[in-house]
Amino acid sequence: MELILEGIRKAIWLLFTFDPEVLGITWLSLKVSGLATFFSLFIGISLGTVVALARFPGRRLVVSLINTGMGVPPVVVGLFVTIFLWRNGPLGFFELLYTPTAIILAQAVIATPIVAGISLASIQKLPEALRLQILALGATRIQMVRMLIREARLPLLAAVMAGFGGVISEVGASIMVGGNIKGYTRVLTTATVMETGKGNFDIAIALGVILLIFTFCINAILTGIQQRERPR
Amino acid sequence: MKMLNRSFLVIMALFVAAILAGSPASAADGKNLILATTTSTQDTGLLDLLNPMFEKKTGYFVKTIAVGSGQAMAMGSKGEADVLLVHSPAAEKKFMEEGSGVNRKLVMHNDFIIVGPPSDPAGVKGMKSAPEAVKQIAAKGALFLSRGDNSGTHAKEKDLWKKAGVNPEGQKFYQQTGLGMGQTLNVAAEKKGYTLADRGTYLSLKKNLGMDILVDGDKTLLNIYHVIVVNPEKFPKVNAPAARAYADFVVSKDVQAIIGKFGVDKYGSPLFFPDAGKPDND
Repeated sequence: MELILEGIRKAIWLLFTFDPEVLGITWLSLKVSGLATFFSLFIGISLGTVVALARFPGRRLVVSLINTGMGVPPVVVGLFVTIFLWRNGPLGFFELLYTPTAIILAQAVIATPIVAGISLASIQKLPEALRLQILALGATRIQMVRMLIREARLPLLAAVMAGFGGVISEVGASIMVGGNIKGYTRVLTTATVMETGKGNFDIAIALGVILLIFTFCINAILTGIQQRERPR
Repeated sequence: MKMLNRSFLVIMALFVAAILAGSPASAADGKNLILATTTSTQDTGLLDLLNPMFEKKTGYFVKTIAVGSGQAMAMGSKGEADVLLVHSPAAEKKFMEEGSGVNRKLVMHNDFIIVGPPSDPAGVKGMKSAPEAVKQIAAKGALFLSRGDNSGTHAKEKDLWKKAGVNPEGQKFYQQTGLGMGQTLNVAAEKKGYTLADRGTYLSLKKNLGMDILVDGDKTLLNIYHVIVVNPEKFPKVNAPAARAYADFVVSKDVQAIIGKFGVDKYGSPLFFPDAGKPDND
């Protein structure tokens, strides 16, 4: 118990003394997971919307696949991304393994099904009559899709939060494709694992607390936006 | 709403551009060196001291991937690392025979120790022979924690069991963590079990563990580290100049002196003993 208090004290101390290494690690975590979430939004929302609105054979299978993807363990994603990015692997010529870009890629792969799944559910939940009404008012197909996404924006913000929360707290893929390289690919979660291994529990707890503080702040902001705008 | 969306996109695009522009040199220009190594060199903090010196001296950027020696060599034998710093002599010899490595050099040594709870339920404290000690642990059925990850330490431990004539696999007293040395020590401390550890990692974790060194000093417990350059002829993508520079660096006189002093101020005794240039019996 004392160790946890000590860790919290250390977290505050590290933050307010602007410890350059901890700040660097924190900034990298936010940057990498923020970008990964950003990319996953494009693919995830598009995919979710298409599957929600289109009717085609095998659709149920696609929905099942997306829903399964929401729960794929990050280490499995990490393993596959590592194999693809190996120097002698299919994408080896990009020389991306053990770079921050590799972590962004792996995290985007993890977040995309989460975003797609929630988008799919929220667009599908909109009343059928709304679609017909929008079309009846003379909207083109693209205009209709835009309107629907706008209508579903509150649950879509939940998709952003779920995606971001999923990747910033993830450690398996980040350590495999990033390598936990000091000052380069070391993020909050991988640093926490390493400090635990070194027996520096106070620093490990401090890093965990910092992670919680930042995740909370970002979620608080997103929740603020979500709750301010009541659906009209 | 639409305006907001557009400006948001512009900001994000600038952000992405800034990151791509600001990211450090990619491996394509030959400035990156992938060092695959054991956890002990990282967990003791030795590489945090040596690598910045190497980077400053040569301009290469070292990407340290700290895994077990077994995994480090697996990376090397696929050409996915440039240089290895490992401590698993038997596996290293196999690695060299396969032609995966060139230029294997002796770097340093310390020793393995058998650690356990101060109460010492198996009564092995002070035993001179390590194989005898593990035999007694097995006979008493006292809990033994194994790394179980093909690391150099795990290889040494398997060697001890073989010498003791005991097959611990699947027995009740024998548990495998599959974790690094530091974490395995923590598990052993928590469960009041015995484990085999390298002295360096044990000393750097000692303050939180509450475990004692029970057996040390046996010749079979020697822990030897070698540096190996991954064969660039077999794997053309290996950064051979950087790998050679790193191997030369760790065996250079200055660095060997630094290794010999590392940890003295903090633990009262060195964590590693420099060996470069000495006859290599292994």
